[in-house]
Amino acid sequence: MEDIRKRIRYNTRWNYLFTIIGLLSTMVGMILLCALMIDLAIDGAPRLSCKFLTSFPSRFPEEAGILSAWVGSFLLLLVTALAAIPLGIAAGLYLEEYGKKNWLTDIIEINIANLAGVPSIVYGLLALGLFVYFLKLGESILTGGLTLALLILPMVIMATREAIRAIPNSIREASYALGATKWQTVQWHIIPYSTGGILTGIIIGLSRAIGETAPIITVGALTFIAFLPTFPISAEFPFVSFKWLMDPFTVMPIQMFNWVSRPQEEFQLNAAAAGIILMMMTLLMNGLAIYIRYRFRKKIKW
Amino acid sequence: MNYSRKRKIKETAIEAILFLCALFSVFITLSIVFILSYESFGFFKEVSLKEFFTGTQWTPLFAEPKFGILPLIMGTLLTTGIALSVALPLGLLVAVYLSEFAPHKMREIIKPVLELLAAVPTVVYGYFALLFLTPILQRFIPDLSGFNALSPGIIMGTMIVPYVSSVSEDAMIAVPMHIREGSYATGATKFQTAFKVIIPSAFSGIAAAFIIGISRAIGETMVVAIAAGGMPNLTANPLEPVQTLTAYIVQVSLGDAPHGTVEYKTIFAAGLTLFFMTLGFNILGFWLRKRMREVY
Repeated sequence: MEDIRKRIRYNTRWNYLFTIIGLLSTMVGMILLCALMIDLAIDGAPRLSCKFLTSFPSRFPEEAGILSAWVGSFLLLLVTALAAIPLGIAAGLYLEEYGKKNWLTDIIEINIANLAGVPSIVYGLLALGLFVYFLKLGESILTGGLTLALLILPMVIMATREAIRAIPNSIREASYALGATKWQTVQWHIIPYSTGGILTGIIIGLSRAIGETAPIITVGALTFIAFLPTFPISAEFPFVSFKWLMDPFTVMPIQMFNWVSRPQEEFQLNAAAAGIILMMMTLLMNGLAIYIRYRFRKKIKW
Repeated sequence: MNYSRKRKIKETAIEAILFLCALFSVFITLSIVFILSYESFGFFKEVSLKEFFTGTQWTPLFAEPKFGILPLIMGTLLTTGIALSVALPLGLLVAVYLSEFAPHKMREIIKPVLELLAAVPTVVYGYFALLFLTPILQRFIPDLSGFNALSPGIIMGTMIVPYVSSVSEDAMIAVPMHIREGSYATGATKFQTAFKVIIPSAFSGIAAAFIIGISRAIGETMVVAIAAGGMPNLTANPLEPVQTLTAYIVQVSLGDAPHGTVEYKTIFAAGLTLFFMTLGFNILGFWLRKRMREVY
């Protein structure tokens, strides 16, 4: 009896011990995240000001700013969103609603899983060969945006599929029973019900795109840009100009990378300030995604 | 009659468009393979395969260029190895804790926060590795050089914890409840159930998670480009500066190598090597995950 008690005590002790070990391992990541933010804040916060947001990069660290970088990031994201969202949703719809179980859909599926795991810099090399030299789009905003679109396409497709998969079959059958065609079912039921999940996936994808550096470096974004792209609205006919698509550009992470790799400490403080803004943007977007997921999950009950 | 024919045409057209969009992803893969192979083919016309795979010096930008890829592969394996020795145990512990021990409410809060770790831009991690972690490590290891493999390796490891933990956790949660209850009924504790029953049952899913982690670490670019230094170095010493395949591509791209030169082609040869390394792991991971789904 005594023996068994001892045994039980020994075994339950392991339970407690592991609860602590598990909690500690979970904390490691969070501590790192906190240390990262505090470190950035200490180094970069003094440099943050309106002037930092409205100045071009400069040889003098205290005059340098991120104007061309955040404008570039914003325009790039616009191109990325316009290219990746329709394409990704359409592909996801096909694979979940239309695709028959055959070798071709199998190949497409394996292929998308693989694309999601391809290193981002390989997309950069693809874009360098395909967009810059083969299609002759140059080292432009269009090239950069399309590169990031290719990169986040698998994420959008997978998010779409997951959101659609959560819709019970009874909804589809009810729609067909009323005489709706496949597309009508998709248009009036499948897409509206999966909006929450798709939106979450898109926002997370875009937040990755905004922080992505390597593929943009390979397509040849410049690190020193002291001008803005052409303004899209002009006074003469036809009033809207798309010339900005072809302008050279830089983005936030590249500006930060450029400053980090300089030896002078003043530039590294600038890097920290750019890092704060970059972190705030990604955290904000991720927060939004979590909120949307939470709200839609609460609202829709099958 | 006319109406229904019109409708049929519309339906078919929409299906065709959606199909083309799905097929586009295959086109992306094909163009990756084509472009990498095409440019690498030009490279291998000038450099022999034997020199590429057995040479121990990588100095394509020197006056007397040498094209042995081994130092870059070694650098990649070294940083990946350090990252994995952090990410795999930590990721597995986190997954076991979240799926078997943590209260439901806590899991709901911790998971999204952990996922933020993977969302932070990698250039920020690079900054952190170079200017925060390396100086701290230097206090304990005086031999550590300013650029080294250790510090970016550790940061990369923490960064990929969420990839490893979330897939392993999914695999553990997918283990049906009656298996757990069976274990409890024989008198096993939670700890014994987790490590002797749940982990073995979820094995293929956990293996898939590890493989995703490996392929992430191999392809990671900015952290190593910033904090590991730019020296192709055939060494297994984590205290020395190294260069990875990815960091090399960044270095050349920043220097703006003219189109068509050998330097320009080297980045495609390096990229092709990288692509095949990750492709192997990705396919293995996909297959394991598919198997996991079929078990229960």
